[in-house]
Amino acid sequence: MATTELAALRRGLLARPTATTGRLSWLTTVDHKRIGVLYGYTAFFFLLVGGIEALLIRLQLAGPNATVLSSDAYSQLFTMHGVTMIFLVVMPLGAAFFNYLLPLQIGARDVAFPRLNAFSYWLFLFGGVYLYSSVFLGGMPDGGWFGYAPLSEQDLLAHRMDFYALGLQIVGIASLVSAVNFIVTVINMRAPGMSLMRLPVFTWMTLVVAFLLLFAIPVIGIGLFQLMFDRLFGAVFFNPAAGGDPILWQHMFWLFGHPEVYILILPAMGIVSEVLPTFSGKPLFGYAAVVFAGVAIGFMGWGVWAHHMFTSGLGPVANSAFALSTMFIAVPTGIKIFNWLGTMWGGNIRFRTPMLFSIGFVAMFIIGGLSGVTHALVPSDYQQHDTYYVVAHFHYVLFGGALFGLFSGLYYWFPKLTGRMMSEGLGRLHFWLMLIGFNLTFAPMHILGLQGMPRRIYTYPDGMGWNFWNLVETVGAFTIAVSILVFMANWIVSRRRGAEAGADPWDARTVEWMTTNPPPPHNFDEVPVIHARDEFWHRKYAENEEGVPVPAVAGAADEDAEGSPIHMPNPSYFPLIAALGLPLVAWGLTFASAWLIGTGAVLVLAGLYGWALEPSSE
Amino acid sequence: MTVEEHALEHAAPGHHEARTSTGLDNVKVGMWSFLASECLFFGALITTYLLYRGRTLLANGQPGPTPAEVYDIPFTSVSSFVLLMSSLTMVLALAAIQRGDHGRTRVWLLTTALLGATFIGGQVYEFTTFVNEGLSISSSPFGSAFFVLTGFHGAHVTVGILMLLTLFGLSMGGRLPTENARTVEMVGLYWHFVDIVWIVIFTLVYLIPSE
Ligand SMILES: [Cu+2]
Repeated sequence: MATTELAALRRGLLARPTATTGRLSWLTTVDHKRIGVLYGYTAFFFLLVGGIEALLIRLQLAGPNATVLSSDAYSQLFTMHGVTMIFLVVMPLGAAFFNYLLPLQIGARDVAFPRLNAFSYWLFLFGGVYLYSSVFLGGMPDGGWFGYAPLSEQDLLAHRMDFYALGLQIVGIASLVSAVNFIVTVINMRAPGMSLMRLPVFTWMTLVVAFLLLFAIPVIGIGLFQLMFDRLFGAVFFNPAAGGDPILWQHMFWLFGHPEVYILILPAMGIVSEVLPTFSGKPLFGYAAVVFAGVAIGFMGWGVWAHHMFTSGLGPVANSAFALSTMFIAVPTGIKIFNWLGTMWGGNIRFRTPMLFSIGFVAMFIIGGLSGVTHALVPSDYQQHDTYYVVAHFHYVLFGGALFGLFSGLYYWFPKLTGRMMSEGLGRLHFWLMLIGFNLTFAPMHILGLQGMPRRIYTYPDGMGWNFWNLVETVGAFTIAVSILVFMANWIVSRRRGAEAGADPWDARTVEWMTTNPPPPHNFDEVPVIHARDEFWHRKYAENEEGVPVPAVAGAADEDAEGSPIHMPNPSYFPLIAALGLPLVAWGLTFASAWLIGTGAVLVLAGLYGWALEPSSE
Repeated sequence: MTVEEHALEHAAPGHHEARTSTGLDNVKVGMWSFLASECLFFGALITTYLLYRGRTLLANGQPGPTPAEVYDIPFTSVSSFVLLMSSLTMVLALAAIQRGDHGRTRVWLLTTALLGATFIGGQVYEFTTFVNEGLSISSSPFGSAFFVLTGFHGAHVTVGILMLLTLFGLSMGGRLPTENARTVEMVGLYWHFVDIVWIVIFTLVYLIPSE
């Protein structure tokens, strides 16, 4: 015993953990499915936090001259609502789906770099913890999720925007690391025969998102570093009094920010592109068009950022150019919408809960997309800028769009995760409550915005004609809250007592359904050989096809796999240790504590060295 | 990315050699993706610098140090040359380990690290001189942009030096066998990238006059 332990010590800093069950094993897991589950639950927790912030905001705005929140508290809450929902909810919920599903969808046993994957998750979690630690350390960030300078540099003593700059930096690194991981996974880990044009659409959209992250994160990273240097080290990047230019921050932020919009929406579009064909009993209409539209969005998304800055005085030439590019980018999105409609057209539609949410996604996203096109018209945008009309628009695309799509995915893949079905009755109740609540909350914002109600004000006077619709919105917000409670009840009960799902509850089409529910740690006993797009469908319905050789459902044997045992990567402590160091460095920078910075740096280095020198298994 | 990434090999179905869809090595594709991302990282910094290099007024409105006044082109040319030479020694280190010559591998790894450290030493000297001449991170937008851009590049070189010294230490302990030549290759990719970025910085920042 002692000698083997010694040998292990000599080979790595810590003996490599081997347990893959039990509570503690979650800390060291490198299994993409478990990491996906961690991402999902953590993001859902933050959804509740961001939701409560939204309810407080709606309580304050329910009537004129309300005193539920002070102006200061309101600023913190609307800032953190945005930061939370974007960086700690929708992005990581997307990551939960990438993690859980992507290797299954391409017939792989794990991602390319399992430990790097765990590192991404821990960085995301600790970034969120660091951001929210501000509650106890002088107040939460209060300069808006966009952090416009020079407002973000006003209050240097309060540290609030330090938490913003460093917290987003940490979750950004998490996203960058996972982007590299998923790019390599899709490029290199596909099952034999899984050519690019046979990839499930969700996998395609994940790949586009990974490339967007790869190029967008460093841009916001530099912007955040510049903000940090301004705030902590006296640099003058965005300080107009010393010759700096606050508009530079806006360019940096939106050069990231617009691709970010697609980072948020494309995973949901991928999910919807899986759900609609399954419940319509038809292949996706125009697969190639949907894929190329997604890729086109990925490219064009880089040329529209200044539509967020029409009122900042860029001049007529720039404004016109960005107005045109913004109108053009509606084209690939429109292509997708017509393909989804074409998929449903003439199909054998089953209105199960995932399908309801996907149809809800398409409907709400169309409304949000159309109001988005109105922002492209510069004179119209001047009128709408900084009003509730804009708030209505982006909630229709990010809530009515992204979140409806993500809920569709949660219902669709719940049987994959648990082997059980969610209750249809509660699912329908959730859907209708959420759809009604959502429209009650956000549709009136169009009207209020056009009536001139500005964003980010903590209260408004009586007699502006805004009272009625604001009250309606608050009622709507609480309806959404009830619908979320219904969802949670459904989830908790169904996990234990839902009906057995069997292997293929939805009559699905893609490779992830070709293994058990839930899948074994190694995903597939034998790696499937892919012969067609919608492989699983073609294996089930071979008689409908002519001339295509169809292997047995058991899967074709991988020619050199016989005899060799499946060896999965061992768990590891080091992703957790390395990730733990970064928030310490961030706290140290915030409060100018060399001691904390040093401890954090040592942890990061120790984690990385331990990681690099870790033996592959014991 | 890491010295050993056996885990990924074991993630591949039942094989001890990684077999990938494209035939390209996972770590290599990952490293190229990361470097692509780094292009935008430095792109954003360089853009900021180009925007701010003419903004040299101090906060009190008095004229501050300008690029033309502070840059010592002959000095920086020499340190740039040193960094360039380190790319050559990096190539030699990789060639040595690929043919199994571990003694030479160690010599060239250490030489590369030392050349990198010389470059960093030059940067420390340059920063000190500039501060003495009144240019600091807070003196003007030019100062902020210059120090943050070149500082981040210096940080990248320092990370590279750490990786090279780690490889050197591993090799001394007999833990860098010929099969791990790929690891040296990856550190080399990173090192060459950081060198190329410096060529861009040297050209755009130092050689092209601002006024
Ligand atoms: Cu935009």
